[in-house]
Amino acid sequence: MDVLTNHATRTAVSVTGLRKAYGEKVVLDGVDLTIGEGEVFALLGPNGAGKTTIVRILSTLIPADAGTATVMGYDLQRDDGAVRGVIGVTGQFSAVDDLLTGEENLLLMGRLLHLPANGRRARAFELLERFDLVEAARQTPATYSAGMKRRLDLAMTLMGRPRLIFLDEPTTGLDPRSRHTMWQIIRDLVGEGVTILLTTQYLEEPDHLADRIAVLDHGRIVAEGTTEELKRRIPGAHFRLRFADAASLDQAARELREGTRDDDDLVLRVPNEGGIRSLRNVLARLGDDVAVEDLSIHTPDLDDVFFAVTGDKSKATTQ
Amino acid sequence: MSALSGLTIAAQDSATMLGREVKHTLRFPLLLVSTILSPVVLLLLFVYILGGPIGHGLGNAARGAPYVDFLVPGILMMTVAAGCGPMAINVHTDMAGRFVDRIRAMAVTRGALLTGHVGGSVLRTLVATTVVTVVALLVGFRPKASVADWFAVVGIVAPFSFALAWLSAALGLVAKSVAGANGSTLPFQFLLPFVSSTFVPAASMPAGVRWFAAHQPFTPVVDSLRALLTGAPLGTTAYLALAWCAAIALVAYLWAQAAFRRT
Repeated sequence: MDVLTNHATRTAVSVTGLRKAYGEKVVLDGVDLTIGEGEVFALLGPNGAGKTTIVRILSTLIPADAGTATVMGYDLQRDDGAVRGVIGVTGQFSAVDDLLTGEENLLLMGRLLHLPANGRRARAFELLERFDLVEAARQTPATYSAGMKRRLDLAMTLMGRPRLIFLDEPTTGLDPRSRHTMWQIIRDLVGEGVTILLTTQYLEEPDHLADRIAVLDHGRIVAEGTTEELKRRIPGAHFRLRFADAASLDQAARELREGTRDDDDLVLRVPNEGGIRSLRNVLARLGDDVAVEDLSIHTPDLDDVFFAVTGDKSKATTQ
Repeated sequence: MSALSGLTIAAQDSATMLGREVKHTLRFPLLLVSTILSPVVLLLLFVYILGGPIGHGLGNAARGAPYVDFLVPGILMMTVAAGCGPMAINVHTDMAGRFVDRIRAMAVTRGALLTGHVGGSVLRTLVATTVVTVVALLVGFRPKASVADWFAVVGIVAPFSFALAWLSAALGLVAKSVAGANGSTLPFQFLLPFVSSTFVPAASMPAGVRWFAAHQPFTPVVDSLRALLTGAPLGTTAYLALAWCAAIALVAYLWAQAAFRRT
């Protein structure tokens, strides 16, 4: 496991030996995490890996069975009230009041945060503008699209200018355009120095946003590192060459011995060592004689990560 | 944080949540309308259809006054009880939603959400009882209450509504579904009022039922309201009613707080 040793910044979140079980079912099986201030840290994992449980524990909603955690310098167990004062949480299910308008939702947050009256109006208006919700401000969320609801949800979280934000699957269920809007919003937050703990099922998301990633599987962190470090450990990147007939496939397989052949589909998968040079090399070795019907470039996805760090761990770590 | 500023913040948070409840009611008034409608229907039913023979049978208990004067204090109490259903439904719906998680992860006073619900329920009940009183006057109710008596009526209605609101909050918190939340309040909306001196004096009931009716909380409440509104001597029944309110409120409050922590 990679340990961040070269950062002189302060620690935003520090977690040691976090455990949680519901009856016989172990959800978290000893999780250690360190997140520096101003960092975007992504927890990557499939449904049921324990991502949301970590967020719920760190945001004081449920207690852990064992382990210690400090959040922005406050002990999670002893000082949960102070923790609540500095964090913001936005989950994948909208936590807005459906009977209040967008604006009323924001003003309600302002009241609960004890902001002065003019301060909360100004902040609400600023956030409505920033998240493109001015026109919908006087409507209830029932009329909002999924993307708008998510933006309102995040705007409510931001009313109190939290220094640490938990984003639990912030783009799950959004269309591609709304997803990109959400990514831009998150980048802007990072620019303001906010620390972000992001959970996601999509590898591309931390790729776009995160400084560091931890891969969570069955309640354990099975890999951790920067996006680049993690990607290098994933052997999933390959070229997929499809041929017109078995003879062409045979010929190609002789030239490219590192490839894996699939005779049913007349497909040869050749590992991608990286970039255009690797592609040029593969094509050069094939020569002009072999007729390639179709060529596609396969980039690693979450399946590959999981294969790399869980399915065949020894192989992945020696690469 | 000093104890005083903690208390100020708790009051502020509760007021904020009460404001939210009031907005909810104004935006979605159906539950308020239903708490007015069902006692009004009962009122009309008993005044125009069932009231004749009942009033005749009451004889002395109605003190020579029309049955409507005996009935309306009971209908007012049923209006208070009718608030139980919406209260339990509101609390249950709120707890089942995600909004409550947001509140719990904020530095908001723990009990403010429930306090806001209870305050909202008491306000709704005061509005509903006012409307029902006006309807009662229109169908011939002629109270003999002085201004002081009317204040005393509010002094019974509000604590009773407060106690039932906490009870309904607890019922809404432990319910497994919206239907369950509503269903669990039905004994307080109908069974207990019927087996009390709401429609007929407890003394007119069969022995076993009579004993129960005489010793359950709804009877002193309705007896107090009836004494105040018909100008009959109040005696100590109002103290008994208020004691019941305090006891119900205390037990239900503790139950609701415990249930809130568990969910």
